[in-house]
Amino acid sequence: MSTAENESSRSRGKAPAGERIADWADGRLGIYSLAKANMRKIFPDHWSFMLGEVCMYSFIIIILTGVYLTLFFHPSMNEVQYHGSYVPLQGQLMSEAFNSTLHISFDVRGGLLMRQIHHWAALIFLAGMFVHMMRVFFTGAFRKPREVNWLFGFLLFVLGMFTGFTGYSLPDDLLSGTGVRFMEGAILSVPIVGTYLSFFLFGGEFPGHDFVARFYSIHILLLPGIMLGLMVGHLILVFYHKHTQFAGPGKTEKNVVGMPLLPVYMAKAGGFFFLVFGVIAAIAAVAQINPIWAMGPYRPDQVSTGAQPDWYMGFSEGLIRFMPGWEINLWGHTLVLGVFIPLVIFPLVLVAIAVYPFIESWVTGDKSEHHILDRPRNAPTRTGLGVAWMTLYLTLLVGGGNDLWATHFHLSINAVTWFVRIFFFVGPVIAFIVTKRICLGLQRRDRDKVLHGRETGIIKRLPHGEFVEVHESLSQEQLHTLTAHHQYEPAEIGATVDENGVERKVPASEKLRSKLSSAYYGEDNQIPKPTVEEYKEIASGHGHH
Amino acid sequence: MSSQDIPEENLPAEQDHAHGAVGIADEENPFSDPGLPPHEHRIQDIDERAARRSERMVALLFTVSMLATVAFIVAYLVIPNDKSIFVFPIGHLSAMNFTLGLTLGVALFCIGAGAVHWARTLMSDAEVADERHAIEAPADVRAKVHADFRLGAKESALGRRKLIRNTMFGALALVPLSGVMLLGGLGPAPGTKLRHTMWAKGKRLVNMNTNQPLRPEDVAVGSLTFAKPDGLEETDEEFQTEIAKAALMIVRLQPDNIKDKRELDWSHEGIVAFSKICTHVGCPISLYEQQTHHVLCPCHQSTFDLSDGARVIFGPAGHALPQLHIGVDSEGYLQALGDFEEPVGPAFWERG
Repeated sequence: MSTAENESSRSRGKAPAGERIADWADGRLGIYSLAKANMRKIFPDHWSFMLGEVCMYSFIIIILTGVYLTLFFHPSMNEVQYHGSYVPLQGQLMSEAFNSTLHISFDVRGGLLMRQIHHWAALIFLAGMFVHMMRVFFTGAFRKPREVNWLFGFLLFVLGMFTGFTGYSLPDDLLSGTGVRFMEGAILSVPIVGTYLSFFLFGGEFPGHDFVARFYSIHILLLPGIMLGLMVGHLILVFYHKHTQFAGPGKTEKNVVGMPLLPVYMAKAGGFFFLVFGVIAAIAAVAQINPIWAMGPYRPDQVSTGAQPDWYMGFSEGLIRFMPGWEINLWGHTLVLGVFIPLVIFPLVLVAIAVYPFIESWVTGDKSEHHILDRPRNAPTRTGLGVAWMTLYLTLLVGGGNDLWATHFHLSINAVTWFVRIFFFVGPVIAFIVTKRICLGLQRRDRDKVLHGRETGIIKRLPHGEFVEVHESLSQEQLHTLTAHHQYEPAEIGATVDENGVERKVPASEKLRSKLSSAYYGEDNQIPKPTVEEYKEIASGHGHH
Repeated sequence: MSSQDIPEENLPAEQDHAHGAVGIADEENPFSDPGLPPHEHRIQDIDERAARRSERMVALLFTVSMLATVAFIVAYLVIPNDKSIFVFPIGHLSAMNFTLGLTLGVALFCIGAGAVHWARTLMSDAEVADERHAIEAPADVRAKVHADFRLGAKESALGRRKLIRNTMFGALALVPLSGVMLLGGLGPAPGTKLRHTMWAKGKRLVNMNTNQPLRPEDVAVGSLTFAKPDGLEETDEEFQTEIAKAALMIVRLQPDNIKDKRELDWSHEGIVAFSKICTHVGCPISLYEQQTHHVLCPCHQSTFDLSDGARVIFGPAGHALPQLHIGVDSEGYLQALGDFEEPVGPAFWERG
């Protein structure tokens, strides 16, 4: 050992204990290189950036409470007689799954609270992902380089739906059993293999003795395992790409403006975990969720009215409810279109939004990176499509609760169903047109604001008696913010006949792309942002409003 | 507190100027980026008393959290599991759940609120700009990786020795089949199980509620009765699976109200028996409108007309409810005269 090394280790010996531990870890894990890049990493501030955090924290809460619940839950469909402390169900036959869920709810101290936190957190997790996804969609945060992370997020949402479904099916109560039966009926509708799929999923005929145990391993191991991996990948990419930011003074495509991870975001984001957990715990304290004892154990020949899935499954319920009961019987086989078509549309509704980033990047042909977010108004076609998709989704949610709409608003169930049947096709079109108009209107307003300034509300009387409203010109910060967005030109096909008069074949895909491009960026589909010349011309002739 | 109270020595000489990437104000282009705006000081930055107030607030929040955790522990140990309390305006709640949830919620929330308040009032709020770096690798790195890959691929000789390549792909393509085969253990083949139920000629109809065999006189006009086959008990190993197919719905109609000829033939004194399992996706049908003889599935609102062969008159179901041919045995009890002639419940590919 050389003297120099000796010296350095001796001086280290006097360092504070924390530093020595960090040195030890650095020698083995290389944490200093990691910390150099990340400890003072800058995060931009905007309220909508916390939506993703809500999802991450509720996912952690779900894992914590879920592990607790597995300590008491018995994933078995063996029939037992109930002898617990909930008197109304004394002596009833029920599966061990239902029995142990009652035990958690009534006999384990704090067990009901853990169940309710688990379920509420799941609802909030899914709602958070939905809203987060919409935020990313409408601000164009999915553009290059973030398309892969968009897909990670999308997969988390879809897997979250199925984790939720398998989770609330576990107690084997009357409500969730009805949902499982619905799923089985849907699987049976698959042509050729449907019956086999159903028998292989349920270990024979429905309900059989296996599905709780099988759903259990899917719910606590398979799906959350994949989701945990996806979530870590999602976060790594967020760190790697650095966060997006809205346009503003000092903010460019080349920088990220905000506050450092240590200490500000460590405290804010770390504190936010406790805020989310605290709010969910308080909700679980006062708002009852999934009272399985009120529904009773599952019996395939019993049902209650007003049966509803958890909200995130509601749109699939809508699909199945409004579809007419078409069946084709040919050559000794049945094609159950009335159930199979909804089963096919169900993933298509989700895939439609998942593939959108790739469609848009194909239409724009833009290969550059985007770190400055769009205001929704500045991408009217995208915003219109997004609202159209949401309209479709919400229409299906209404369809999924058609009975509740009928009873709560004193409407005819048939009328509600027919409304959904028609609005499924018409609603998104209306929503698209209206949204696009609103966006263009807002773009015009921004244009006016830049060119003519802010309306102050002060009315001035001119010497000759005319009344005018005083406009106040915007600061350079505001002017920059309102004109920072990039506007695309519609893609032209270009000359189809070359100089020798030979016609060039234009591929159909290029024609389509050109059509879409002018639908996105053509005249009337976006308002040209004001140019410097326009601004100067108006500013020089000041006083005319 | 007004700004007059702030001691002179605490006031900064002037507000900080713009920091980070500062754009140059451009006379030519009024839309150009003016750069980060100057940092504005908070009251806590210039007045130590305000900063101390914030500090006390953060400490108070953390202290409340500690107290709430103590309250949680006490509640966990003291409150009986079955005690219920009335909380206005929510109503009756489990005392244990309410107290534990609220104390836990407060304990967690106050930690979060304290941390966020600390960050917002006492930690630096100066915005900092960080450079972004292109995600794409520079051209030389790209060229190096491509060259390395080509070298590696060449050294493996995968492209040249086609026999190795093809057999390897063959082996890798086949090996997952073992896994697929293992999934075969998940379930038996369906066979014709979905075509048959427990009903057979001579099986009596047993009232689901009273567990007694039904006589025609037990079924009143306008009533809806649920029945199961004789010999199926709740304690049976396969009760759930059997009742999922055999559940029966019995109503008595005026024989001249029955519009469907086969329905009339298969009825007994106006008593008709239909499968209770909806032909849509298998919910048990349970809502009966006695004036119109319609039954409605509460899950997806398929509506069937029991006076007309239980055909679908509204909703997503694709075909009528199967009818069970019934009669009376020598002792006067209702009995089945055979199994359902078609599969009950949701339609499937092999149904035909």
